[in-house]
Amino acid sequence: MNKILSKPESLKEASLSYCPGCGHGIIHRLVAECIDELGVREKTIAVAPVGCAVFAYDYFNFDVTEAPHGRPPAVATGIKRTNPDKFVFTYQGDGDIAAIGMAETIHAANRGENITIIFVNNANYGMTGGQMAPTTLIGQVTETTPFGRDPKREGYPIKLCELLATLEGTTYLERVSIYNPKNIINAKKAIKKAFQCQIDGKGFSLVEVISNCPVDWGMTPLDSIKWVEDTFIKSFTLGVVKDKIEV
Amino acid sequence: MSKKLIKGNIALCEGAIAAGLHAYFGYPITPQNEIPAYLSRKMVELGRVFIQGESEIASANMVMGAVVTGKRAMTSSSSPGISLKQEAISYMAGMELPALIVNVQRGGPGLGNISGSQADYFQAVKGGGHGDYKLVVFAPNSAQEMYETAYDAFDLAEKYRIPVMILSDGIVGQMMEPVEFNRPDKKEFGEKSWALTGCAQREPRSVQSLLMKDGALENHNIKLQKKYAEISKNEVRCESYETGDAEVVVVAYGISSRIAKSAVKLARKEGVKAGLLRPQTLWPFPSQAIAKLADSKAKFLTVELSHGQMVEDVRLAVNGKTQVEFFGKAGGGIVNEKEILEKIKKMKLGS
Ligand SMILES: Cc1ncc(C[n+]2csc(CCOP(=O)(O)OP(=O)(O)O)c2C)c(N)n1
Ligand code: SF4
Repeated sequence: MNKILSKPESLKEASLSYCPGCGHGIIHRLVAECIDELGVREKTIAVAPVGCAVFAYDYFNFDVTEAPHGRPPAVATGIKRTNPDKFVFTYQGDGDIAAIGMAETIHAANRGENITIIFVNNANYGMTGGQMAPTTLIGQVTETTPFGRDPKREGYPIKLCELLATLEGTTYLERVSIYNPKNIINAKKAIKKAFQCQIDGKGFSLVEVISNCPVDWGMTPLDSIKWVEDTFIKSFTLGVVKDKIEV
Repeated sequence: MSKKLIKGNIALCEGAIAAGLHAYFGYPITPQNEIPAYLSRKMVELGRVFIQGESEIASANMVMGAVVTGKRAMTSSSSPGISLKQEAISYMAGMELPALIVNVQRGGPGLGNISGSQADYFQAVKGGGHGDYKLVVFAPNSAQEMYETAYDAFDLAEKYRIPVMILSDGIVGQMMEPVEFNRPDKKEFGEKSWALTGCAQREPRSVQSLLMKDGALENHNIKLQKKYAEISKNEVRCESYETGDAEVVVVAYGISSRIAKSAVKLARKEGVKAGLLRPQTLWPFPSQAIAKLADSKAKFLTVELSHGQMVEDVRLAVNGKTQVEFFGKAGGGIVNEKEILEKIKKMKLGS
């Protein structure tokens, strides 16, 4: 029999600790497939966040370091500047990248660090039990917005790609999602392009993946996917936000 | 050998460069600004890495990134900035990363002021960040020692896989003194079995402080404590001056030890048998040397630019066997040798 699909070499033989139906697993696979296809596994040094993906080093089959909550872009800066020949990416949630770590994100982007960030936006803090994130939608109920996010009290959802697009240091920024096969294929294309951007030495790239968190959203996996399609991406429009690669 | 008149902070830079410093990350704060200013030129000229981080938090985490790949890296700051670095320092202690952190202390608490101070002793030797960990803490008292400890710090840090702190102060940092460059440029750094270098021809590695499996963190802590015991046994550094027959031993480190030494000399001139014990490492602390002197019934006077921090460790080492007094000033006041001399004479009279 011909095998047409197998586990990427960049994923370990491990069972993931993510909740059933969670988007992290799909995104891990896309990242791993891209790294395999680009042939950079053996020179990859990845940075895991503090968030649901904190155990990324148990799942990715290449070198991975830990970083404090929100600091992966600074840690990645330290890695890449001292090892410009290595392939360096961070994998971060919305709380990690856009709340506690916002300064590190903006300044790594502004320096044009030649790194890639995979930003998993699930509109809440997954790991700590579903509190409000910087990306929580207006009206969205979370552990800490029991009456729904009210901009008067909690401000507005942060659109990180658009924010970073204003910085001259950024090269490639795209927002994608994984709620159906077509979008999964698109997400993979974007991740591969962002990785290629780094390999070609073209500077800072970030892919924001609109994902789902069924457990903390209090939904079935199916309903959570439907919410991504019907509500989440209405607020966070998918598409390329900035592409300076060809310039 | 070449000798140059330079500031303590610059001497420290030269020591780190000679030791093979690959990358520096820091954020401006007085009284350590000479360090990033000097290295911003020097490191670039040498083809090495210099980044002015967006904060002390970012700078400490950049150090973590460089060091996790096995490269020699450091950050420097002064008191409030060191407070901001504590989370990263705790992580690096847990991850067993050999980073160098320099604190050129200023007055506190809070924003305090920019004059030399020694009020961060507790923060440096009792943890500072969260969790049960230690840093090796050096306390140089001259430009020459700033150079030498910065050089030696990296070998020690890598030998034990532990973050090292140099606890200096605004006065030692900014004082100009002749420095002899007596350390050779380090060229060989050896393979590091733990460093993240890409998994070519080997299994992937990870470096982490998060240990969730049953018993894993408990075992890791036991391993760390064994390492700390080993360091305590092997790496204590202290200087003894005229302690042999001393009836009053002054204990002081860094800038205070320079002033205390003058006071001891004055006391000897007046026929008072005084001596100086100067810890060069604050952790591990020279507890045994102090305990030994306590057995001979010498009395102790601890002098610090604080309201009494190291004195607690002196008391622990003395363990009630003899009298321990304290003299210090904080927030910009500098102890002078006459004041110390008076204290010594008073303690001697009390015997
Ligand atoms: C300094 C610090 N503050 C808070 C926490 C607790 N904490 C762990 S994960 C997390 C939020 C993670 O949310 P996000 O980044 O959105 O990732 P997700 O879990 O949703 O994938 C928080 C607040 C921590 N570990 N460290
Ligand atoms: S809490 Fe949410 S983001 Fe975290 S693993 Fe579960 S479903 Fe996924």
